[in-house]
Amino acid sequence: MAPEPEQLATPEAQVDLEAEGISAQDGAPLLEVTDLTVDFPTDDGVVHAVRGVSFQLVEGEVLAIVGESGSGKSVTSLAIMGLLGKSARISGSVKYRGVELLGMKPRHLAKIRGRQLSMVFQDPMTSLNPVYRVGWQLAEAIRAHHKVSKKAAMERSVELLRMVGIPNPEDRVRSYPHEFSGGMRQRTVIAIAVANNPDVIIADEPTTALDVTVQAQVLESMEEARRRSGAGMVLITHDLGVVAGTADKVLVMYAGRPVEFGSVDDIFYRPRMPYTVGLLGAMPRLATEASGKLVPVPGSPPSLINLPPGCPFSSRCPLAEPACDEAEPDLTQVGAGHRAACRRIDAVPALVKERLGNVETVA
Amino acid sequence: MRNSPAAEAPAAAAPDMTQDTVLSVRHLVKHFNVGTGGRTIIHAVCDVSFDIGPGETLGLVGESGSGKSTTGRAILRLDPLTAGEVWFKGVDLGTFSKKQMRSVRKDIQVVFQDPYASLNPRMPVNDIIGEPLRIAKRWTKQGGPDRVAELLRTVGLNPEHGNRYPHEFSGGQRQRIGVARALALEPKLVVLDEPVSALDVSIQAGVVNLLEDLQEELGVAYLFVAHDLSVVRHISDRVAVMYLGKIVEIGTRDDIYDKPSHPYTQALLSAVPEPDPQRERTRKRIVLVGDPPSPANPPSGCRFRTRCPKAQEVCSEQEPELIDRGTGHQVACHFAEVVQVV
Repeated sequence: MAPEPEQLATPEAQVDLEAEGISAQDGAPLLEVTDLTVDFPTDDGVVHAVRGVSFQLVEGEVLAIVGESGSGKSVTSLAIMGLLGKSARISGSVKYRGVELLGMKPRHLAKIRGRQLSMVFQDPMTSLNPVYRVGWQLAEAIRAHHKVSKKAAMERSVELLRMVGIPNPEDRVRSYPHEFSGGMRQRTVIAIAVANNPDVIIADEPTTALDVTVQAQVLESMEEARRRSGAGMVLITHDLGVVAGTADKVLVMYAGRPVEFGSVDDIFYRPRMPYTVGLLGAMPRLATEASGKLVPVPGSPPSLINLPPGCPFSSRCPLAEPACDEAEPDLTQVGAGHRAACRRIDAVPALVKERLGNVETVA
Repeated sequence: MRNSPAAEAPAAAAPDMTQDTVLSVRHLVKHFNVGTGGRTIIHAVCDVSFDIGPGETLGLVGESGSGKSTTGRAILRLDPLTAGEVWFKGVDLGTFSKKQMRSVRKDIQVVFQDPYASLNPRMPVNDIIGEPLRIAKRWTKQGGPDRVAELLRTVGLNPEHGNRYPHEFSGGQRQRIGVARALALEPKLVVLDEPVSALDVSIQAGVVNLLEDLQEELGVAYLFVAHDLSVVRHISDRVAVMYLGKIVEIGTRDDIYDKPSHPYTQALLSAVPEPDPQRERTRKRIVLVGDPPSPANPPSGCRFRTRCPKAQEVCSEQEPELIDRGTGHQVACHFAEVVQVV
């Protein structure tokens, strides 16, 4: 799928955003998503993939969005980047430093995307172009936003490959993607994402396709690249282990909605939504004695076409009561910077103790 | 095989069958010929030996390309062996013809990784689960539809849904159907090839519990092939760690997780992220440099030496053998020492 010509920002066709009246506001949050909603009309009905996601990202912070397949976490990231197809119906607001990105003209968006906002995709096999050398692909990202010579862009490419830990970058810029291993490809994708020193990196399952030892290397390169560019990051993943090691704040999604939001310690040690508790209890752990049984979350997530009127988790929830099926609970404050969407928040601490033991005393 | 000299594994005597084992694998070798005219040899599995006792679970872990799935497939004879022996209940399956293998297959079953690809989309679930019974000509003897309904109940599915097709089930339910099919003939051994890695965490726990309960109930042995070390710790009695076609460490679960002695096992365990922010902040990671070498051209001597923090000259010259460090905990390293990483 080649992008439409007018969406590619070439140095010749630079658009001056400021001249067109689009300028960043001082003091506005780095990334502010408010009530983001995405629907997909299908033959079977409207799929409500994302239903009211709101969050703020500040400089240098890592926000993890966790959830299982179909929870809407990837659609959220694509909507922020303006990468969803024409069939998607998007509403709400996505602001980068106060500038509204939803509904922005493609040629304006192309100035920001890849420059201030960049993205790391899950599958390094498909996110690199197999017929161009990796150096060319890095240089393309640089030359799309900066008026530099090809030679200077290539020199910068070598530097970027070195930063993400690829050995002999001088030779490796001339390799094709198929000559790289999976881990090296994903590091190249990360190098492309940080090529223009972005303010925000959105990483959608960046290590899911990788082996654990390679995952450790890639997470290290990503942290290094992020630290050097000082960017904020939205990390989308289903792996709670990766979240525990990298994130500052965590947003838990279920059936297209945020169900809990808090600091990483809040989520892991003081979860207040039964779904979060269920996820943590279902995970086999490397460190603890393996004698205890895992506690699965019974049932499966609801269809996003015909959602029940009440809490979407009630059919799988150990604390559900009839009132839960009447109305969907909103996120409510349960602690400093910690919000959860549950009618039975008072009963959750007991559930945490039963399922996870004395984690609350840890932190 | 004429162009694979390394295939000449040492000839082994019949394994000691007086001991209580279901499966004994001896010096298993599997090469694949690839490339133009098959001139490149991929050394997928090189001289792998292990035993599985009745009702026991052996976890086989390793990263992509370590040969763990190939080992599982070779035991099932889904691919022919290059060399080595697979002893099952006192007979060497390597000498069996395809026809003779059929009689053994009812005792060795398999559950595949992808529950979307391993069930025939055009067959109702009742037929999928009943198929092994029909093939083994036990359909009437075992009660036909009643047996299928019983199997569905065993794996936690409603027998009334047996007329549905696979697409009407979720991933976790499909994997349960795969398990029911594998158990239909009451096998002695089930090879589970990454049975839960395609499933979400909340669903995965249910399938893991089911496998454990069924083992307790039926006394079936499992070869549990997986890359997820946390799941393997949970389900296995013993664990074998593979790297580039070889077992580098094998022992009881506690040996491997509490007293890992091979540098690769240590690196592997230390790389697993844990869902515990405080531990993650304080934990020291052994981050390996580089990528695994190509199995088409494995390094001389110890195969792990190119990425090993402990590598010395001897490692490139002499291949370390699996040496028993007491009570069956075997490690293949010249400089093996216990380092606690979990």
